[in-house]
Amino acid sequence: MEWDWEFVFKILPGLGRGVLITIQATIIGTVIAMVVGLFFAILRRSTNRWISRPVGFFVDFVRGTPLLVQLYFLFYILPDIGILLPPLLAGVIGLGLHYGTYTAEVYRAGIDNVPRGQWEAAKAANLNAYQTWRHVIIPQAVPPMMPALANYFVAMFKETPLLAAITVLELMNEARSAANFYYRYLEPMTLVGVFFLVISVPSVVLLRWLEKRFGKVE
Amino acid sequence: MTEPIINIDKVSKSFGAFEVLKELSFSVKPGEKLALIGPSGSGKTTILRILMTLETINGGHITVDGEQLWHKEENGKLVPADEKHLHRMREKIGMVFQLFNLFPHKTVLQNVMLAPVLVKGVSREEARTRAMELLDMVGMSEKADVRPAQLSGGQKQRVAIARALALQPKIMLFDEVTSALDPELVEEVLNVMRRLARETDMTMLLVTHEMSFAHDFADRVLFFDQGRIVEEGPPEKIFSDPQQERTQSFLRKIIAAGQRI
Repeated sequence: MEWDWEFVFKILPGLGRGVLITIQATIIGTVIAMVVGLFFAILRRSTNRWISRPVGFFVDFVRGTPLLVQLYFLFYILPDIGILLPPLLAGVIGLGLHYGTYTAEVYRAGIDNVPRGQWEAAKAANLNAYQTWRHVIIPQAVPPMMPALANYFVAMFKETPLLAAITVLELMNEARSAANFYYRYLEPMTLVGVFFLVISVPSVVLLRWLEKRFGKVE
Repeated sequence: MTEPIINIDKVSKSFGAFEVLKELSFSVKPGEKLALIGPSGSGKTTILRILMTLETINGGHITVDGEQLWHKEENGKLVPADEKHLHRMREKIGMVFQLFNLFPHKTVLQNVMLAPVLVKGVSREEARTRAMELLDMVGMSEKADVRPAQLSGGQKQRVAIARALALQPKIMLFDEVTSALDPELVEEVLNVMRRLARETDMTMLLVTHEMSFAHDFADRVLFFDQGRIVEEGPPEKIFSDPQQERTQSFLRKIIAAGQRI
């Protein structure tokens, strides 16, 4: 088995398209996970049990089942009840919801870390619930959670190859089809590995930096 | 005789099995400066927190500025207050906390400006001007752009006083505002409060362990013990000639601990 540069250049355009989709899926999935996680965390704190209980159940349910199974549900089973999602959309919803349940835990811990006196000061200042969250609680809760959040997003990035299972043409899928077509696995799979390594290693450095920058709360 | 600005009528409050307030009643005249003293756990901080709506009540009634605080009238009947009613009532009341509770992610100026802009809809310019005036009054205008973490405890508390004043409440509640301060920083906060008492007609309720300050500051002193008022009167009377055995023993302990009265 010998490394074939000519073959590499032949499959590179296809892999390049895959890289773009992988990055796109990671970014959109991250945004969804951040927003959804925040809503999960806030709703779970609701004093109304009819809100907090079902949300809590849903979060535990999603976290307790594999992402791959959830992707199959979104893409292959939802159409049975008339909801037809394009592959990439189903993929980012799956990633966003799944990781949203993890980020919700991070948010919860971050929110619990804001001292009770801050809530009381907000009340004494007569801020309403929205203003209290927006101007007092969230700005204090978010910075200390940056390292933990970033950690999950790196993990999500490395799980995007699962989207190949629901026909998203991301990097893994492009590599696999090239490999299957030419019966050569060495170059495509190596390139996939190198690509993930090239992104992951700097992100570990970024994580360290985040931990140093935000890790300590005053 | 003027109507009381605060009327507390047989208010009870329990935390689990512990009865903090036992049918507590007293009233406060507009502009009156009231000192609440007594041992820890006697309920004096709790009644302040109830007035700021940080704690609910289990029984009784409170009127503030002619309106029910924890109830509202609906078709001639009193029903529990909703958030909208409480929001309106909070406009009348400001509070300064033992642990300052400044917003650490905002500058001193932003701490003071935040609520007027958000709650009262004051323009940023106007809020800034007013905030600077207040910071000037508490001697903190030079630190306007600094974050609370860079301030001493006394400075933090002076900013917290300015923040509470920014909403122009009719009633100010001071909850052990010097208890968390190093002894040498207590005086700068007390000076601000003395000035406030002298220059405004705000009604002030003060929970404190500083007996000499309570003596100078208050028109009337309430001595709390076990969820009730045991004795009340003008400071000269309470501190020099207390009638109740429990007041006497409390003051004896305070003096034994080294405080001047």
